[in-house]
Amino acid sequence: MITVVNYQSATLLSPQRSSSGSSHSPRSSSSQPYLSISVTEPVKLGNGVQAYISYRVITKTNFPEYQGPEKIVIRRYSDFVWLRDRLFEKYKGVFIPPLPEKSTVEKFRFSAEFIELRRQALDIFVNRIASHHELQQSEDLRTFLQADEETMERLRSQETGIFKKKPADLMQIFKEMQTRVSDVVLGKEKPVEESNPEYEKLKNYIFELENHLSEAQKHAYRLVKRHKELGQSLSDFGKAAKLLGACEGHALGKAFSDLGTKSETLSVRLQKEAHQLLMNFEEPLKDYVRAVQSIKATIAERANAFRHQCELAETIKLKEINLDKLMLTRSDKVGEAELEYKELKAESEEATRRFENIVRVMNEEIVRFQDQKTQDMGIAFHQFAKGQSRLANNIADAWRSLLPKLEACLS
Amino acid sequence: MMGSENLDSEEAHMYASREEMENLVLDEPSNNNNGTKSFSDYRSAMSSLADTHHPLSSPMAEPADSDPLLTPPPFRDFRNPNVATDNSSYIEPPSYSDVIFSPFDENAVNEINGVDSPGRSSDSSGFLSKSTSSSSDYVKITVSNPQKEQETSNSLVPGGNTYVTYLITTRTNIPGHNGSEFSVRRRFKDVVTLSDRLAESYRGFFIPPRPDKNVVESQVMQKQEFVEQRRVALEKYLRRLAGHPVIRKSDELKVFLQVQGKLPLPTSTDVASRMLDGAVKLPKQLFGESVAVAPHEVVQPAKGGRDLLRIFKELKQSMANDWGGSKPPVVEEDKEFLKKKERMHDLEQQLSNASQQAESLVKAQQDMGETMGELGLAFIKLTKFENEEAIFNSQRARAADMKNVATAAVKASRFYRELNAQTVKHLDTLHEYLGLMLSVHGAFSDRSSALLTVQTLISELSSLHLRAEKLEAASSKIFGGDRSRIRKIEELKETIRVTEDAKHVATGEYERIKENNRNELERLGRERRADFLNMLKGFVLNQVECVWIDIRPSLVVVSAYRVGISWVTIKARTAVVIESQEAVRFAEVEEQLIPFQLESHYTRKEAEMLEADFKNLQIGVRHDVEGVEKEHMLTKQDEVLVAGVRGMRWDAVELPFQFRENLDGHCNALWRYAARYYIYEGDMPFYEEDR
Repeated sequence: MITVVNYQSATLLSPQRSSSGSSHSPRSSSSQPYLSISVTEPVKLGNGVQAYISYRVITKTNFPEYQGPEKIVIRRYSDFVWLRDRLFEKYKGVFIPPLPEKSTVEKFRFSAEFIELRRQALDIFVNRIASHHELQQSEDLRTFLQADEETMERLRSQETGIFKKKPADLMQIFKEMQTRVSDVVLGKEKPVEESNPEYEKLKNYIFELENHLSEAQKHAYRLVKRHKELGQSLSDFGKAAKLLGACEGHALGKAFSDLGTKSETLSVRLQKEAHQLLMNFEEPLKDYVRAVQSIKATIAERANAFRHQCELAETIKLKEINLDKLMLTRSDKVGEAELEYKELKAESEEATRRFENIVRVMNEEIVRFQDQKTQDMGIAFHQFAKGQSRLANNIADAWRSLLPKLEACLS
Repeated sequence: MMGSENLDSEEAHMYASREEMENLVLDEPSNNNNGTKSFSDYRSAMSSLADTHHPLSSPMAEPADSDPLLTPPPFRDFRNPNVATDNSSYIEPPSYSDVIFSPFDENAVNEINGVDSPGRSSDSSGFLSKSTSSSSDYVKITVSNPQKEQETSNSLVPGGNTYVTYLITTRTNIPGHNGSEFSVRRRFKDVVTLSDRLAESYRGFFIPPRPDKNVVESQVMQKQEFVEQRRVALEKYLRRLAGHPVIRKSDELKVFLQVQGKLPLPTSTDVASRMLDGAVKLPKQLFGESVAVAPHEVVQPAKGGRDLLRIFKELKQSMANDWGGSKPPVVEEDKEFLKKKERMHDLEQQLSNASQQAESLVKAQQDMGETMGELGLAFIKLTKFENEEAIFNSQRARAADMKNVATAAVKASRFYRELNAQTVKHLDTLHEYLGLMLSVHGAFSDRSSALLTVQTLISELSSLHLRAEKLEAASSKIFGGDRSRIRKIEELKETIRVTEDAKHVATGEYERIKENNRNELERLGRERRADFLNMLKGFVLNQVECVWIDIRPSLVVVSAYRVGISWVTIKARTAVVIESQEAVRFAEVEEQLIPFQLESHYTRKEAEMLEADFKNLQIGVRHDVEGVEKEHMLTKQDEVLVAGVRGMRWDAVELPFQFRENLDGHCNALWRYAARYYIYEGDMPFYEEDR
């Protein structure tokens, strides 16, 4: 019914987007269904620990399910968290796009850089959902994009309480916890684990990938820092050169102060480049670290489903034996037992179906993930190379422009 | 001898293993200069060892004959584009004459060659004050070949007392030396003696500071490391002395550099005997009436122990000056000098500030390079992982891309390292001048101590006069006079005369020092200007070059390099093929060109241009290979000189040409670096295999 909005382009970290954020216009003609969202205008509200940032979330769409072509709502970070959690509950097996992490340190500072980084990440998050062929039809997404602030607030506070969950769910949680604990206690002896070699390989891949990516991200972050540091020391050096120039005679002093000025301009460039690097290279890498973590959550979900299915299968076996026994003894409990057995059977079938669904969805998702990763990484690398060469050219140009002056001084 | 040989080969081994390590880490042949350099270190060390029996040999004095690999031709055209357009310069072995265009260029080229290589730093240091030494007369000093020797005297335990001597080789064309080239062996103690002598004879001059004794370091540091460090420091020091317009002509330096055997300069008496000397003198000075200071002594600053009384007196005088009780008869009247002194002080502060900042800049640059390298390595790992685990083709495509970026990052980190090494070299001028400031202080304090001597003598003179007057007045009252008094007056008069003499000498010395100070200040200003400008230019040029070859070009270089390597193998194969009379498979050449087309980080126009170039290149390669066939049959000989560049396969030289002919203009850089990689890396395995 709905063709997927070219999700690749929707999730591109195009530099224009990251710089302005608001310049998000519907790019397809009205005949083509589109859903495009932008997160803009972060505003700091509240004080101290209570402080939070609110964003303007602008939706532009021609989906018939939506109220109109354009809708603007105010959302805060925890609303995004709510959306993520809901989707995670409902769309088992789908790799839910990752959210930027909650930072306790930044909470008290909310530096401009942090706010911008988070805004960008949220923008990417919500657009990824909007471009996902399944997730985009989610009711929760519609709620998130259209509900007024009070409704949202109510939904959010409901969600965060446990009472929303059914008692059965609670029991399930408790059981899971138990098995998890016993897993830990018993060490290796995990009662039920999928032993599909292909899946093992995939799991392994994801875990390794996380390590590699986070290492790369760490270095990238340090590189950003180094850029800043180099900028700082260049500017200090420039100042020192200027002072030294002031001690010297005319031509030499001029040369020194020229050098100083150039150093200072370059330092500004370096700082800018550091910012660009942070936005366009480090952040995408980090984004993928998070994405891999979200995949890990899905993997855990799958393990749970599998375990549930196995447990049910086991119980059914017991019940079956029990039923056979009862049949033999012609107990009057047979009818009751049979009913129970049937119920269980239905439940088990349901669990199996759920598990199989997860497996199917995951297989699709992996392909999508790899595609998208390839795409996004390519852009990040391109940005990196471009930024570096731009910087290098700038530096070279700046210094080169100084050469004739020095030549003049020397002769 | 044996010891030092072991030491050298060990060092070379150390370098080699480090090089290996780097190669391992980077997972591909590295282009770092260390590789070739350690080799050269080793070789030069070996040759110097082989030559030691010949006193006149100067193992490092002929860089022109060094391996052409060590003077990377691609860098030369940076300095002077004219050379680049001249193709023949690549075939000719690089001779030094066309590398040296000006003193600055010489420095720069050597700095590029000799990054961090003490063995080859023969020209890179000592550029201070080079600007003033006219090119017509020169003194070139090399310190080399450290040797361990036994202390002959008072060593109770054999082997317990050893010291190191250094071979100091001088080449000069200044008349007054015997011969134009000579060498002596000296130990560090001799250098101390030299500097002490110079400090005494050349008061008021800005004498370059002597390297520290580093007593602690000599114990703590690795022996060979310490010796090497000291060797470099000594070389620097001696070169600076030779660069000083006055000191270079001094007898002390001449004797030091020329006279064989033990240093004939009087070693300054050691402290113990000096104390003894002073103590013997002391009672005489205290009790005897002849308080006069001998004229020849006043030209020297009061030294501990030798003439304690003079020290007491001068101390008193300085106290009197400080407390302002009596105005000293001679004050520092040179206002201009005071102003200059003030400025020097300012300059020193700014210098130390600037040198500190320079240091932190270098540190930041280094960090940047390191982080870049680490990032590159992380990506290489990631790439490897992705490749191994790849399930989809898209992953593999991206992995190739990623690898490019990773390699580029590693390359960039190398460039940063190179840049850094050169930045250090350039900004070192700041440190050198900071060190020189110490000697400026020394010269100024020479001046003030001379002034103090003069002041002391004058006030002493006046007090003597007073006493003489008193005595005369007293004796005139008593008619006929008192014989003893008259004798006393005569004695006093004698003393006054001697003191007067001393005062004249001291004043003369003071004036001389003043004059020296002024001249030296002027000289320093002049030289500083030139040196600083050179420094700035070098620094800037450096930044331009090194940074410019950053990521983007190196993305090309990566591929160019890859292609280059494969070409070398193809060449090798063609050689074999020709022998077995088989046809050459061009498909392989084309295959090797594919990586170029995969470069996705280019704008369309760039890509198109590149593609067109490579089409031409392909055609060129065809011709080339055909040419190779013919040529190969003709030049199948080991006559390396025919090939032009010594020690290299001629076709390895030919290849960059092919590159160049086809990729003119905008692809110049590509060619340059491809050529560079050829010469550094591509050729080596080929060459080895060929043997």
